[in-house]
Amino acid sequence: MGSYILRRLLLAVPSLLGISVVLFTVLALAPGDPFSEMALNPNVPPEVRETLRAKFGLDDPVWQRYFRWLAAMLQGDWGYSFISRVDADVLILQRVPVTLAVIGASQVLALAIALPVGIYSAVKPYSWFDRIASTLAFVGFSLPTFFTGILLILLFSIKLDWLPFVYNADISATGWQWWSVQIRQAIMPVLVLGLFQGASWTRFVRSSMLDVIRLDHVNTARSKGLTERVVILRHVVRNALIPVVTLVALTLPQVFGGAIVTEQIFRIPGIGSLLIDAILRNDTPVIMAVTFVFACLVIFFNLIADLLYGWLDPRIAYR
Amino acid sequence: MQQERELRTLIEEVRNYRLPRRSFIQRLVALGLSAPMAAQLLMHAGIAQAQPAPAYKPTKRGGGGTLKVLWWQGATLLQPHFATGTKDAEACRIFYEPLASWDNDGNLVPILAAEIPTRENGGLSVDGKSVVWKLKKGVNWHDGKPFTADDCVFTWEYARDPATAAVTIGVFRDVKVEKIDTHAIRVTFPKPTPFWATAFVGEGMVIPRHLFAPYIGAKSHEAPNNLKPVGTGPYVFVDFKPGDMVRGKINSGYHMPNRPHFDAIEMKGGGDAASAARAVLQTGEFDYAWNLQVEDEILKRMEASGKGRVVIVPGGDIEFMQLNTTDPYTEVDGDRASIKSRHFAFSDPAVRQAMGLLVDRQGMQDYIYGRTGSAISNFLINPPRVRSPNTRFEFSVDKANQILDAAGWKKGTDGIREKDGRKLKLVHQTSINATRQKEQAIIKQACQKAGIEVELKAVTGSVFFSADVGNPDTYGKFWCDMQMYATTMTQPDAERFMDQYVSWEVSSKANKWQGRNIGRWRNEDYDKAFRAAEMELDPVKRAALFIRMNDLVIKDGYCVPLVSRPRVRGVSTRMAVPLSGWDLDFSGLQHWYREA
Repeated sequence: MGSYILRRLLLAVPSLLGISVVLFTVLALAPGDPFSEMALNPNVPPEVRETLRAKFGLDDPVWQRYFRWLAAMLQGDWGYSFISRVDADVLILQRVPVTLAVIGASQVLALAIALPVGIYSAVKPYSWFDRIASTLAFVGFSLPTFFTGILLILLFSIKLDWLPFVYNADISATGWQWWSVQIRQAIMPVLVLGLFQGASWTRFVRSSMLDVIRLDHVNTARSKGLTERVVILRHVVRNALIPVVTLVALTLPQVFGGAIVTEQIFRIPGIGSLLIDAILRNDTPVIMAVTFVFACLVIFFNLIADLLYGWLDPRIAYR
Repeated sequence: MQQERELRTLIEEVRNYRLPRRSFIQRLVALGLSAPMAAQLLMHAGIAQAQPAPAYKPTKRGGGGTLKVLWWQGATLLQPHFATGTKDAEACRIFYEPLASWDNDGNLVPILAAEIPTRENGGLSVDGKSVVWKLKKGVNWHDGKPFTADDCVFTWEYARDPATAAVTIGVFRDVKVEKIDTHAIRVTFPKPTPFWATAFVGEGMVIPRHLFAPYIGAKSHEAPNNLKPVGTGPYVFVDFKPGDMVRGKINSGYHMPNRPHFDAIEMKGGGDAASAARAVLQTGEFDYAWNLQVEDEILKRMEASGKGRVVIVPGGDIEFMQLNTTDPYTEVDGDRASIKSRHFAFSDPAVRQAMGLLVDRQGMQDYIYGRTGSAISNFLINPPRVRSPNTRFEFSVDKANQILDAAGWKKGTDGIREKDGRKLKLVHQTSINATRQKEQAIIKQACQKAGIEVELKAVTGSVFFSADVGNPDTYGKFWCDMQMYATTMTQPDAERFMDQYVSWEVSSKANKWQGRNIGRWRNEDYDKAFRAAEMELDPVKRAALFIRMNDLVIKDGYCVPLVSRPRVRGVSTRMAVPLSGWDLDFSGLQHWYREA
């Protein structure tokens, strides 16, 4: 087990290096530079932009810049933003709590919907409940988040005036009031992300359950005289969850990427909006830092998924 | 010169109280001058400024709660001399202040200055080479240290050092700043300078010497206070998240009585213009929203909810179309669109005249911009309702057809005009932006009726407006027949705006296409007039020169102004927000208040 993890971690190093090379090259090929906004202001002489470009080493060849970045990265220096001149890791850390709170809550919501609905649908397939749940699930994952987001804003913020649609990460209130404001502003983004994710997971849980429920060991359990409840929970759900766990673990890093749109709609200062702003402004160090974190998360959660698989299904051995 | 005489008569009328100040400014604006220039004419003539007193009702400091403002582009840094865009300058202006700012009538209003320098109070020298600023006494930085002349001198030293890479270097580089006493400085110019209110005015905010002195030059980006501003402004820094939020709390020792009204300020960033408008106009979650680039129809619908109103602040920015003077498709000496070449069609004045007639500016105003853009005929522009007597615009396909027929551009079998074997097929480019694509469609449609085929091209804004030398689609290269964009008047004086047509600013390979003269139009008379205006101390003569330059450009037809682009802001109904089209939105932040 230990050697397996070590081997996987060692294998991650070349993939991360490869990812960083590709990212850096693509960014270098993209048009524009971080100071293009200055070019529009006639009061700023062009020399200022040239000084800044030279200062930040933007005029050097791409490979030189890449190795400089890599060398700094190996020493734990993530570089600083060309735009705000703040260290990239500080920028990311500033946004981690909000991202974790909103994304985390939406994932919990998605699971809280997907598990019971999916299981119940599979236990009574083609019942009225199953049909309604399936229809809603199809609707749920067919509607993109930018659509449902705006729909919810129109309904709850504009028509009903119940909820705010601009997310404020620094609430000055304390105690209960803090919680109330926090929850009120998180309801819509969490619903949008959670329902979307929950809808597709529901379908997945259902089909995975249906696969298991037909197996012989379930019939055996029933014929032993076990109650239906025990049969479903102990003998079906546990086995059906194995692929679900993998799927959830693999989706987690992607949700950071998927949140870009939702973060923009609700102005949530999460990592997704940091990335999109950095891309629009050609802020290479921040783009590199954020995408690198994404890459690490993907690799890390892949490993977690594999490990969980073995834990849930002891037949799988690690060599 | 007739215009000069006219101006002098007008000024005398103001002096004798026969003509109200405001009408004088309006008349000058009608001639194509900006309001601040008009105000400066009066100032030079020794006619005292009307005391700008924005009605301010609160009778005590604080008690207004939190002011929540929404900028859909979030501020990314808080050092005024590094501000990459206005969003940053605005955020800095919450905490830092200049010596004076511009109000909406173009008057200078003292902020950190004790008074505005004039001839009368000895502030302005007769030779136009120096200005003495008297500083306000008893002003403290947020950390309690006194604000003195040393801070101003330091700000100049800091910004003018090329290694600092300050964006304000343009105004500080050529001047000399010296301390007269603890509360007076002298700014000296190398040559007579008619527009002297550049350094320390508007965006030229003063920074504290005691905090930035160790970080002058190459070390400038290491200063911890780049992210923790300590200024003299109405609000004290609390917290900053780049791209998301700037927070400040009331400065209880602010140097103006009873100000500010709010106990705290929150400047939220991110999102898009339409939803920013919604947050102020429809839901009232925010008190103020910046730059609502949204179609007027939508804004009107949102305003109907009654929570907020749209405020239109006239400024100098215009949306205009350029016709290429050069041939963008053939290389001459290794340079496309070289000034040695001539455009096959636009070199014919008839085609230029026809193009001017084929642009339906009134239609653009009525169907696209609404209140947020008025049709114009000048390069140096009008406010709405005032038409210039010198220039005029007209939309007439018939006239265009007649002119083209007369000039020998005959329609071919395919309905497209041609002359000497060249067909009138033109490429029109602009940036990707819903309103601009509609404008393009309007132009294309009219041209089609006149037998001109127009191919429309839309380039992503980040590419079109970039200075990327390797990209063929930038507006600076202008490698097509026509292009359209908005040009901004960043300071109230016209010099920095009219340099867009001087011959030494022609955008070319030699200056990496960074020249200001993108249309590559050249005219000896214009150059002469510009040179003369640069040195002309008599503001009346200078104003007349600018009017002449405007007319030269417009009458030649290579530049087709379309609509003015005033600032569009969203303000909550209960807020009193004095705004100026010639300075930052926050230039009057200390006077903002919410009605009880």
